Amino acid sequence: MRTFFALIRRDVTLGIRASGGAALSAAFFALIVVLAPLGLGPDMATLKSASPGLFWIAALLATLLGLERIVQPDVEDGTLDLLRLSPLPLEFVALAKIISHWLTSGLIITILAPALAPLLNLSLDAVPVLALSLLIGTPALSAIGAAAAALGASVQRGGMVLALLALPLNIPFLIFGSTAVAQAQTNTDPTQALTLLGACSLIAVVVGSIAAATSLRLNDD
Amino acid sequence: MQLIGETLAALRGERIVFRNVSFEVAAGEALILHGPNGSGKTTLLRVIAGLLGILTGRLRLLDDDGKPLTDDRRDQAFHFISHQDAIRPQLRVHETLRFHAGILGAPLKNLDAALDAWGLAALATQSAGFLSAGQRRRLSLARLSLQKRKLWLLDEPTIALDAQSRAQLSIMCIEHLSHGGLIVAATHEPFLGDPKSLHLGPRE
Repeated sequence: MRTFFALIRRDVTLGIRASGGAALSAAFFALIVVLAPLGLGPDMATLKSASPGLFWIAALLATLLGLERIVQPDVEDGTLDLLRLSPLPLEFVALAKIISHWLTSGLIITILAPALAPLLNLSLDAVPVLALSLLIGTPALSAIGAAAAALGASVQRGGMVLALLALPLNIPFLIFGSTAVAQAQTNTDPTQALTLLGACSLIAVVVGSIAAATSLRLNDD
Repeated sequence: MQLIGETLAALRGERIVFRNVSFEVAAGEALILHGPNGSGKTTLLRVIAGLLGILTGRLRLLDDDGKPLTDDRRDQAFHFISHQDAIRPQLRVHETLRFHAGILGAPLKNLDAALDAWGLAALATQSAGFLSAGQRRRLSLARLSLQKRKLWLLDEPTIALDAQSRAQLSIMCIEHLSHGGLIVAATHEPFLGDPKSLHLGPRE
């Protein structure tokens, strides 16, 4: 268990300090949200109806950043060897990596989103639902990304390319997440979409950990 | 503890790097691996560490009663210091070693002693990115002092080290052997007076 927390602590530190880490993710997310109104024009009604989707697209793209730094460098610098020899099962190594990535991307986006909501004219009632949907949905994006990055690292190809290829797996979260926010905005009960989002997210984290661990095992042998 | 390899062969990519390699290392003994570049010294160390599978032969790590170690106890029985040093420039020296202690499951109270033993105490708060090659080497060797483990697998341990650090390493190794430890080291240089050596690859 100590190995688990030592790994999270180190990965979060790296995520904050490394270029292309947490700050870039947050800035990228904020930039999309800030630029969208300029592209869509000043019509407030259009912005309002587009905002749930825009927030979720921005979240999805921002979590893609930083995926190439969570597995590939560990393979190259021998950290993965040490982790394979440690008492911690690789599934938990993968889970620690997913959690660290989420802490330095999804969590920051979740905190940032409510503050940016007025820029896209998201109605005030929908703000808590936006934050909640990002909170329960973004871990899945980290999990799917980590599994793709692990596969990419073990076949010695750019992890980022595989993360892009895994993008279709993120689509359910985009749909459930933005639907929940849109429903909250039109005063429909978003519970159903949020429940589906949460359920899919839990599955993605578990399956993502196992898939990433399997990819890490392929390494070297 | 005892380490026995019998008629080992290992594959790297599609090439057999060595075959028919046999050795035996008992408590208090050091085995030095020699051989030209690409003769499989690193591969053999990775095989012993269990990071690579073997093609043929048998590799056994026996405890003091002569019983083979179970998988989880096996990983706790050795230190593997490769030239991939798992050091990131963004972390400070003490943060790096703390992380290594976390992976090994070593008690944190040994941290300061390990930094001291390898002459890194003064560099503890410095970013690992600013270390020289020799200092990086000492930082990865410092793992040896974090936790007592019976078998040390060392890949080119003396590389980049200055005379004083080499002497320090030799003293550590001799002390380790005198407490019944085992060492398998791959090196191109004389090390520990070459007590027992294994030559890999073609003879010149």
